[in-house]
Amino acid sequence: MVATPQAGAPSARRTASPGRRRSWTGWRFVGPFMAVFALVFLAPIAYSVYLSLFRTQLIGGTTFVGAGNYVKALGDPQFWSAFGRVALFLVVQVPIMLFLALLVALAIDSGRLYGASFFRIAVFLPYAVPAVVAALMWGFMYGTRFGLIGNLNDLLGVSLPDPLSSDLILASIGNIVTWEFVGYNMLILYSALRVVNPSLYEAAEMDGAGQLRIVWAIKLPALRGALLIATIFSIIGSFQLFNEPAILRDLAPNAITTYFTPNYYAYSLSFRGQQFDYSATVAIVMGVITMVIAYVVQLRGMRKGA
Amino acid sequence: MTTTRRHALLLGAALSVSLLATACGSSGDTGSGTAAATRSASADDLQAALDAGGSITVWAWEPTLKQVVADFQTKYPKVKVNLVNAGTGNDQYTALQNAVKAGSGLPDVAQIEYYALPQFALGKAVTDLTAFGADKLDGTFTPGPWNSVHSGSGIYGLPMDSGPMALFYNKDVFDKHKIEVPKTWEEYIAAAKKLHEADPKAYITNDVGDAGFTTSMIWQAGGKPYKVDGTKVGVDFSDAGTQKYTAAWQQLVSGKLVAPIASWSDAWYKGLGDGTIATLVIGAWMPANLETGVKAGAGKWRVAPMPQWESGGKASSENGGSSLTIPEGAANKKLAYAFLKYANVDEGVRTRVDGGAFPATTAQLGSPEFKDKKFPYFGDQQVNQVLAESAGQVVGGWSYLPYQVYANSVFNDTVGKAYISGTTLQDGLKAWQDATVKYGQEQGFSMQ
Repeated sequence: MVATPQAGAPSARRTASPGRRRSWTGWRFVGPFMAVFALVFLAPIAYSVYLSLFRTQLIGGTTFVGAGNYVKALGDPQFWSAFGRVALFLVVQVPIMLFLALLVALAIDSGRLYGASFFRIAVFLPYAVPAVVAALMWGFMYGTRFGLIGNLNDLLGVSLPDPLSSDLILASIGNIVTWEFVGYNMLILYSALRVVNPSLYEAAEMDGAGQLRIVWAIKLPALRGALLIATIFSIIGSFQLFNEPAILRDLAPNAITTYFTPNYYAYSLSFRGQQFDYSATVAIVMGVITMVIAYVVQLRGMRKGA
Repeated sequence: MTTTRRHALLLGAALSVSLLATACGSSGDTGSGTAAATRSASADDLQAALDAGGSITVWAWEPTLKQVVADFQTKYPKVKVNLVNAGTGNDQYTALQNAVKAGSGLPDVAQIEYYALPQFALGKAVTDLTAFGADKLDGTFTPGPWNSVHSGSGIYGLPMDSGPMALFYNKDVFDKHKIEVPKTWEEYIAAAKKLHEADPKAYITNDVGDAGFTTSMIWQAGGKPYKVDGTKVGVDFSDAGTQKYTAAWQQLVSGKLVAPIASWSDAWYKGLGDGTIATLVIGAWMPANLETGVKAGAGKWRVAPMPQWESGGKASSENGGSSLTIPEGAANKKLAYAFLKYANVDEGVRTRVDGGAFPATTAQLGSPEFKDKKFPYFGDQQVNQVLAESAGQVVGGWSYLPYQVYANSVFNDTVGKAYISGTTLQDGLKAWQDATVKYGQEQGFSMQ
């Protein structure tokens, strides 16, 4: 998403180089893409921005409010509580997930694993489960009455804490998301490890380096770029958290509020409250925040990498 | 499951006739072209439309309509009816609202629940049916549903079904623990304690915070939290009726005497079958749901009148139910109205009652055939006698907000807290009140 406009820019500049007759050949090649891009990407954004400048009321109709909706969003405690929740989710869940993905990728790459390809596909498989199905499945397991937790309680005669209570719901969602995305991130990291030239390992071994040393001095530096990509994807994913809370809300209506995450808040605003304008505003504000944070991470990551 | 779920989650209603008087009073100047053309639509016009034929699209999720549509097409072979399930409850309202906004893709007929109808009437999204002669149907429907489709001087839908409340109880559980079926709420609370002490796994009922149930309970207790007069709206949950409800229900919530199981969940259906949930206070459309959803409960369940606030009292309220409406801007309104009349006033009602629906028409509710029907699922009890009696005891004067759809959606954000923390129901209702008042102000209502 971030990379697309940048990739398009240099080629455009080259075609339009001064001193030569302007050639449209390049544009003809990117034309179909640009048309679809404008239709499904730029147009909705433009329309959202347009919507966000108005306020429609049940009584009184639509009025132009300029930046009014933005001022409201920035001072909206429900929006900030939603933002705070996904920010907390981000700083706790993402490191855990990436660390697990890293461990798995290193383990598979080490070549010492029996049945490595089965292990790899097994770890990756949850990613192939649609998020909605995954949330339903976990929701059922979390049930203290008839779910897995309930069965464990009955079997062991214990009383496990309810994963769907308001204290634990965020951690429970984190668990689902981790389960879903460890495999995906593992694959990104694993493919980065595959491109490392094996002769480096041989050279290191000849110099007397142990496996841990190889991981530390060769593999981890080689993974920096891939880790950065995985981190940025995860940041965007965290800020867009929607499916899991939306599905689990049926099971835990009191623990998951209508403003549980920014996206869910935007959804509630437009589909329950008919506040399309304000919903568009919330979505835009959240999109800008996400872009800024992802960009900052990217800049920092690249500077270290260079 | 989804079909019935909405009926209960979102509830039905009686709207005071004065509702939205100012907002919709001057309907004469809206859509003057169509209004002039349809103003004089008589029975002959409807018959002419049926003879001329054509095709109409119906958005509804009510299952018994399928047979009605088939019969209708047989009777009027020139008419083609496309019955579309565009989603249940809120999903369909979203689609409908989008179609209204876009001005295209509108159905000719749409199912709308009573509690949501004021919102559509206010936004002039549905047609005033008085022009088609709906105002001559006084007395055809029971008062609760009939009031619900009125907004100001307009009639915005024809009632399809209704949901007067009753106490559904699992007789086996009550017999096993030798508990009397409660006639008052005091007895109900006592029964809840006795039952849960006798069997820690059994609960008198389930409740995790349900806006529809809560408002129906306040309704029965005589509370009138919503005052609606045109665009003037008042919300006040501190009246005596509301407090009567919260004082009683708080005992059940604080004492952990209600099962923390969400209605319409898998656990709920299981609980109804295995005795975990011993009673349900719910609308009259419930029998068909029990029969199809809780097979394990066959022969165990019975129906009794709703528990009363005073012993010997006779008060009930509505819970659920919906109407058929004609969206403003529908292409063939005369034909659409002809279908409405067929489905909700004429032959269609009979078809739907046979299919298990609870009617809103006085003719069906009063007929011996309907009242004397024995339900094998309920141990051959004549269930409709209890339910029809409840229909006649609905407390008058209740009204919903003109934006109840939104209000109900934030119920669990506010009142829901009372079920998972130390907040009281009364505090929760105050928070709900604040949230709905804030929304009303943002939407341009003058809030009192």
